[in-house]
Amino acid sequence: MTDMVRATGLVKRYKEVVALDGLDLTVAEGTIVALLGPNGAGKTTAVRILSTLLDADEGTAEVAGIDVAEHPNEVRALIGLSDQYAAVDEHLTGYENLDMIGRLYRQGRHKSKIRARQLLEQFALTEAGDRPVKTYSGGMRRRLDLAGALVAEPAVLFLDEPTTGLDPRSRMDMWGVIRRLVSQGTTLLLTTQYLEEADRLADNVVVIDHGREIARGTADELKRQIGGERIELVLASPTALATAQEVLSRLAAGEVMLDEANRTLTVPVTGGAGTLMEALRLLDSNSISVLDVGLRRPTLDDVFLTLTGHVAEAPSGSNGHSPTEAPELAGNSEEDGR
Amino acid sequence: MNQLMWAAADGAAVAKRNLIKIKRVPEVLVWVLLSPIMFVLLFAYVFGSAIDVPGISYREFLIAGIFTQTVIFGATYTGAGLAEDMQKGIIDRFRSLPMSRAAVLVGRTSSDVLYNLISIAIMAGTGLLVGWRIRTSVWDAIAGFVLLLLFAYAFSWVMACVGLLVPSPEVVNNASFMVIMPLTFVANTFVPTDGFPAPLRVFADWNPVSAVTAASRQLFGNVDPNPLAMTPEAWSLQNPILYTLIWVVIILAVFAPLSIRLYRRAASR
Repeated sequence: MTDMVRATGLVKRYKEVVALDGLDLTVAEGTIVALLGPNGAGKTTAVRILSTLLDADEGTAEVAGIDVAEHPNEVRALIGLSDQYAAVDEHLTGYENLDMIGRLYRQGRHKSKIRARQLLEQFALTEAGDRPVKTYSGGMRRRLDLAGALVAEPAVLFLDEPTTGLDPRSRMDMWGVIRRLVSQGTTLLLTTQYLEEADRLADNVVVIDHGREIARGTADELKRQIGGERIELVLASPTALATAQEVLSRLAAGEVMLDEANRTLTVPVTGGAGTLMEALRLLDSNSISVLDVGLRRPTLDDVFLTLTGHVAEAPSGSNGHSPTEAPELAGNSEEDGR
Repeated sequence: MNQLMWAAADGAAVAKRNLIKIKRVPEVLVWVLLSPIMFVLLFAYVFGSAIDVPGISYREFLIAGIFTQTVIFGATYTGAGLAEDMQKGIIDRFRSLPMSRAAVLVGRTSSDVLYNLISIAIMAGTGLLVGWRIRTSVWDAIAGFVLLLLFAYAFSWVMACVGLLVPSPEVVNNASFMVIMPLTFVANTFVPTDGFPAPLRVFADWNPVSAVTAASRQLFGNVDPNPLAMTPEAWSLQNPILYTLIWVVIILAVFAPLSIRLYRRAASR
């Protein structure tokens, strides 16, 4: 298999902030690689460099063997890009948006028209196709933006946070669309903040933090490292923390982690709800009262906690949307600022 | 096809998009239509009651000035439109396509000429109603309109640079207001410059806005018919058409390459 995307030692600095700090990345032909990390980790910067929008300060990047810095226009003819902001013109109809993009890929009037209608149908937008995009829902806009990236049937597709900000239903739809695409042989690099998304879609996952790779592997390999499910408990009294930690370690599949400031214990487990009940019984028999308890599937936070020993640090600020899992990361970064 | 042809072909696709937008957001057009009417009436009746211009009526003197000011303000649509596209990520989409690097700017500046064309038509109509007359030939008058549009087109490349440099369309509007107001007032647009204090007078004489206004007055025949009327001292105002064309060439030569350069790096921020 040939590598359709190959980046070596990418570095990008913005004044004092180092967005990318020597990132290596390869995506083999016909596979999906997910770049997983919190806001500000450098995901968007990496995609922007690979899609010719940004020059790297150091390192090289190739798409289909073509250097992105030296021959950007040749790379542009081979790629499709769709980012989290759904860059579609809301005053144009869905059809007009796609037709314009087709013309700008220099497809010719006739081909461009046919392709636009074809894509509208493929993305279930036929009915809405002749309405201005401002009447579209968020999910529809995102689908249209993705359709725009596919106008020229690109060999390599870049999707920057394709489901951020979507409601759970639209998110599922989007996953379906993306899976179908890749079954047709497209090479895909996607970025995401959601472990679940990387799990569902990607063949390989690269976890990045502060512009550096901190882990890579299949989603299963990563989850094995993280330890699957965990019970999270908040205790009423800080004095009981040590006892609770000792008691619960009998159930734990790994080390019980303690967060004294928040009176929180995190217990890796394997037995699901049964283990949860067992844990509560144990605490109760030791007269330890519990304020809050929950069984959690691993999130990006857990990946970071396990891999780096600290939670994913998002710069201050909040954007408030986290599709399915509760304690997700929120925050704006330099990647969001335009 | 060579680069220039591609810039034109891709530019046409972008211009088509902008024109569709004009149709879909008629609110903008309402402002484009109403503001020139307002300006003509305000100046004609408020200033016109107090200002005396030797040889011709103030309203006849005024209209060319209003034309000039309005088309220059019209150029801000270019900057605001680009800033909006930047903000919404549409420029990123364009930059990821294998299209000409000049096309977005060529398309934007060309389609924005339509705004100015409409403004001029409305202003001319309103002007005729309040007593403005074209006293030269049809060809001279057409040359006058073309010169105004040409200068506004060149100026829209200046605003394109502004649009690519600022974070939002609102900033374009505020920033350009601060520059265009003085530029169009310290000139012969609304009052004769004879009474200006000396430094202001020199600035006004060499201000390209004065040249555009003087050139249109000359081409529409809105000048003192008395052959003994004073000829202006400054070369720029003795040859306003030539001086305007020189400015058009200079502005385009500087700001077209500059804005294409800014566009290339637009998202690098």
